[in-house]
Amino acid sequence: MSTALSPQPAIRVQGIEKSFGELQVLRGVDLDVARGSIFALLGSNGAGKTTLVRILSTLLKADAGTAVVHGYDVAAKPGDVRESISLTGQFAAVDEILTGRENLVLVARLRHLKDPGAVADELLDRFSLTEAGGRRAGTYSGGMRRRLDIAMSLIGDPPIIFLDEPTTGLDPQARIEVWDTVKKLAQGGTTVLLTTQYLDEAEQLADRIAILHEGTIIQNGTLAELKQLLPPAQVEYVEKQPSLEDVFLSLVGATGTEKES
Amino acid sequence: MTTHALADTGTLTGRSLRHILRSPDTIITTAVTPIALMLIFVYVFGGAIDTGTGDSYINYMLPGILLITVASGISYTAYRLFLDMQGGIFERFQSMPIARSSVLWGHVLTSLVANLVSLAIVFGVAFLMGFRTGASFGAWLAVAGILVLFTLALTWLAVIAGLSAKTVDGASAFSYPLIFLPFISSAFVPTDTMPGPVAWFAENQPVTSIVNSIRALFAEQPVGNDIWIALAWLVGIFVVAYAFAVAAYRRRVS
Repeated sequence: MSTALSPQPAIRVQGIEKSFGELQVLRGVDLDVARGSIFALLGSNGAGKTTLVRILSTLLKADAGTAVVHGYDVAAKPGDVRESISLTGQFAAVDEILTGRENLVLVARLRHLKDPGAVADELLDRFSLTEAGGRRAGTYSGGMRRRLDIAMSLIGDPPIIFLDEPTTGLDPQARIEVWDTVKKLAQGGTTVLLTTQYLDEAEQLADRIAILHEGTIIQNGTLAELKQLLPPAQVEYVEKQPSLEDVFLSLVGATGTEKES
Repeated sequence: MTTHALADTGTLTGRSLRHILRSPDTIITTAVTPIALMLIFVYVFGGAIDTGTGDSYINYMLPGILLITVASGISYTAYRLFLDMQGGIFERFQSMPIARSSVLWGHVLTSLVANLVSLAIVFGVAFLMGFRTGASFGAWLAVAGILVLFTLALTWLAVIAGLSAKTVDGASAFSYPLIFLPFISSAFVPTDTMPGPVAWFAENQPVTSIVNSIRALFAEQPVGNDIWIALAWLVGIFVVAYAFAVAAYRRRVS
């Protein structure tokens, strides 16, 4: 993909700082996210990933610095930013009392789309939730809930999507489902900024990876570039044992079906 | 954004009304306590209470029961708002291009509808127990207006509680004092039988003027000054609670 040639990045963050009382969470973050790419923000718990995502999605105001999302400054034009983004937070933001379909219709209405019912049905189909669509979201398994959550974020085709730790707490099968969804999104031209604490997730998905540590970006590059930071690989002969994940996935069938719950 | 405020409020009101339809127990439990109180006061205490009005006791105490109904009903607003903020759905709404005030108004209008349904149930039981009034349509309308205003004012108090509570229990516990306020008022017994300081409090707290106004409207008596004092209290509580709720909301969302 020729994302690197795009003149203006989808997200530009410059010198963002944020403190909560005495605690300085972000100490001057700079990063650019190219249009149509998947950008992974990697960091351990408490590194400030969620704080940055909340600032970019207009839920929080930065103390200093600027952030421009889809050409709009988050502080000056929060309304335009909200038109351009969708946030899938750390905890599945679904209404548990409503059915899956009602959840989708609700978001479609709030995005002022013309035919909310049709939008909902199309997404249920795309996320293999048609059968479960009439059940309350509270009865869904973790993976199904996450799929519904992401489906809700896609309504209205926002050009930029924030995924805050999209696979935390999911079983391996559900993780792979989410990964597939994210890959398809980027193929469709959507810019994805995701945060994760799982190295393999960043490795699997991201075009670019930034490591956020103690409030600043300490490295930012492609996977290949990051790998070059270490001494060249040494050849060792090690017997390849299947990981427990390989075993688990081959036993239960690696592709996610709707056999959950 | 404000162009969508009405449509968004409508959508979000529809959402939380659906919550109530799926758990109608919230309306039932709202109505059960006032109905139980009504039964106890009319059939247990009522015979011994001399209101000095010559009217039936149920006619005397219904206005207070109506206020207790609303006071217990609004705690569900705090509860639902608190749960919304606990889950991610609140942040989803905040990150969407919708009118931000519609998130609160959706809950407030839902509270209004739910409380009116509870009030209708309580009215129904009161009629079965012998409540009678010859009030004109206009007087009924005035009673409805007072109850709507009372519900809105208390609901905005509930919004403050829901937005600032740290736990679910905290979110709903604030309404207990409100439920007890009618007991220290003219709602169940005339205030002049109370000892000095208690009587002073009872006569000068909002419930008494509201109860007296509703009672006078049902009894086809002149409402006198009470209605103005009641309206001043209601509008005052509404405005102050609304201002604090919006301030609490601003603190939460930015």
